[in-house]
Amino acid sequence: MEAGYPNTMRILVIEDDRETANYLVKALGEAGHVADSAYDGESGFELAAGEGYDVLVVDRMLPKRDGLSLITELRSSGNRVPVLILSALGQVDDRVTGLRAGGDDYLPKPYAFSELLARVEVLGRRSAPKEAETVYRVADLELDRLARKVHRGGDPIILQPREFRLLEYLMKNAGTVVTRTMLLEKVWDYHFDPQTNVIDVHMSRLRAKIDKGFDRALLHTVRGSGYVMRDDA
Amino acid sequence: MPSPRSFRLFRTTAFKLTGIFLAVFTIFAVFLIGTIASNMNAILETQMGAAVDSELRAMTLQYQAGGMPLLTRVIEFRSRQPGASLYFATDSAGKRIAGNVETVPVAILDQAGSDAQVVPYMWRDEQGSQRSHTALVRVVQFPDGVRVLVGRDVSERDALIRVVQRSLILTVALMLILGVIAWIFVSRRVLKRIDSIAETSQRFVAGDLAGRLEVTGTGDEFDRLAESLNTMLARIERLMLGLKQVSDNIAHDLKTPLTRMRNRVERALAQGRSEPEYRDALHATIEEADQLIRTFNALLLIARAEAGAPATEFADFDAARVARDVLELYEPVAEEAGVTLRIESAGPIMVRANRELVSQALANLVDNAIKYADEGNEKPEVTISVSEDKGVATFRVADNGAGIAEADRPRVTERFVRLEESRSKPGAGLGLSLVSAVAQLHGGKLELSDNAPGLAAILTVPGAASGRAG
Repeated sequence: MEAGYPNTMRILVIEDDRETANYLVKALGEAGHVADSAYDGESGFELAAGEGYDVLVVDRMLPKRDGLSLITELRSSGNRVPVLILSALGQVDDRVTGLRAGGDDYLPKPYAFSELLARVEVLGRRSAPKEAETVYRVADLELDRLARKVHRGGDPIILQPREFRLLEYLMKNAGTVVTRTMLLEKVWDYHFDPQTNVIDVHMSRLRAKIDKGFDRALLHTVRGSGYVMRDDA
Repeated sequence: MPSPRSFRLFRTTAFKLTGIFLAVFTIFAVFLIGTIASNMNAILETQMGAAVDSELRAMTLQYQAGGMPLLTRVIEFRSRQPGASLYFATDSAGKRIAGNVETVPVAILDQAGSDAQVVPYMWRDEQGSQRSHTALVRVVQFPDGVRVLVGRDVSERDALIRVVQRSLILTVALMLILGVIAWIFVSRRVLKRIDSIAETSQRFVAGDLAGRLEVTGTGDEFDRLAESLNTMLARIERLMLGLKQVSDNIAHDLKTPLTRMRNRVERALAQGRSEPEYRDALHATIEEADQLIRTFNALLLIARAEAGAPATEFADFDAARVARDVLELYEPVAEEAGVTLRIESAGPIMVRANRELVSQALANLVDNAIKYADEGNEKPEVTISVSEDKGVATFRVADNGAGIAEADRPRVTERFVRLEESRSKPGAGLGLSLVSAVAQLHGGKLELSDNAPGLAAILTVPGAASGRAG
């Protein structure tokens, strides 16, 4: 696997603003994916139902058919493709309705492209068999999900419960960039932005525990985006 | 174009109401007086009829007892009584025998035995002048052909009825006049008040936000209306001022970073340096854009919390647990800043509130406390405590830093307000505004007090249930 370019995914962007849609298609293409776009709910639904996409990026408000009903219809026809909902409505209840309609993740506008890319890549990985694995491995780092134990090069590493969950999430998505917001959502279950970058401090603590004293760093900071767990060698 | 005042008077509610009341009262008065008059008429007629009948009965008996001479004597005697009835008697040939009436038309006498009838007759008084009168008369015919007529003058009754009629006309006329006066008075008064309300509203719409409706102090419905409208206007004024303040602040606090960002990009373009330098400039730009997005999100969140989120987002959760989670989130940051972060809480405190917003509010308070705890202090400390009293959960975040001067405390919860001392610290000045908005949304309060030394921020959230373990 090439660094920074995980498996190429087929992505469908359903967004009525053509400029945004074209930008996303181009940017996703530059990130190593193959993206198509649809500008309204109906053509979007036809494409999504017909072609085998790995991830859908769906705007909530679309002409002809709104995003949520599109997702509901896809789900009721047995289509389990992961969906990232984009919305100008960013409130907690909007997120809840979006996820209830069958969306897998929710990103309020305005968003950073790096955030969108990270979320799309994590969603696309869901189809990979990672979910069922009980032991995650990145290079010589090993995390046993059942025994809740972490080893690196055979030596045990003692982690706090939250640090364990943080590492678990990073290793599950090894090779994929995860953003601070994603970590805050998935590991802490907070959907807000702490003023100070608390996540960075947690990450440097974790890094001190798993990377300190080893030649190869596994936990990398991706500037402007977030973090990635990756064996660079 | 405003219509003339006289026309407007007819279009008032007072005019319609006056019209309706006038009609109703007129109908009522006519009915009342009409009923009285007709009943009175009936009673008088019955009484007169009865009097005539009893006189006739007496005369019949006297005729039977004493014949014509007695009858003549009785009639002569009765005729001389003051207020006497009318009498007229004829023999079988139709010749007048006695009575105080000169002649009677034969047609009337022929009606003998029938019911009483009302007939006109001429009345001659002592001076000899004649006047037309009406009388209620009844005639009986004895078996030998002698006929006796007894009648009573009904002019008195007619006069009485005329009095009633006159009073009816007078009453209705008076009612009409009073009605018109009341209508004009009420309409003018109401119109004046309404005009003043409309005028003030228009001035308000035109931009005079300080304008208020006149309250006369009589406590009438117009005063009550004016008072509640004034409360509304005051609220609108406050909201408008708030909005203006926010937009001014947005203009300032968002324009500054936008300008900075633009300058940075421009400079990078103009100087045409190496690729790593371009990269750096772009990364810095992205970071600034992210900061802007964060500020926007915070503003939206505050606006939403202030507008009041639907209660459906409320859930039961343990306030002490929320505090522990926030502590856990900030513990590494505190450690890095050399601040001791502690928690004091007793058992689970269940509250019904918006967990996400309460968590964020508490996180903001802890964030602030850590930032300012280390000022001029050897052993900076931040203590979070959670307690519950009478259904109100209280989060207290206290530091031992420099604190906030009492005069500045009310100001710091406003949007974008940053005290001079804190300009050097990161942040947009929205943290406490959000906490304040969250408190407001839950019906609680944010209080800033002196921790001597340092600041104690106290956030209260009603809706706690003690003893309910979670």
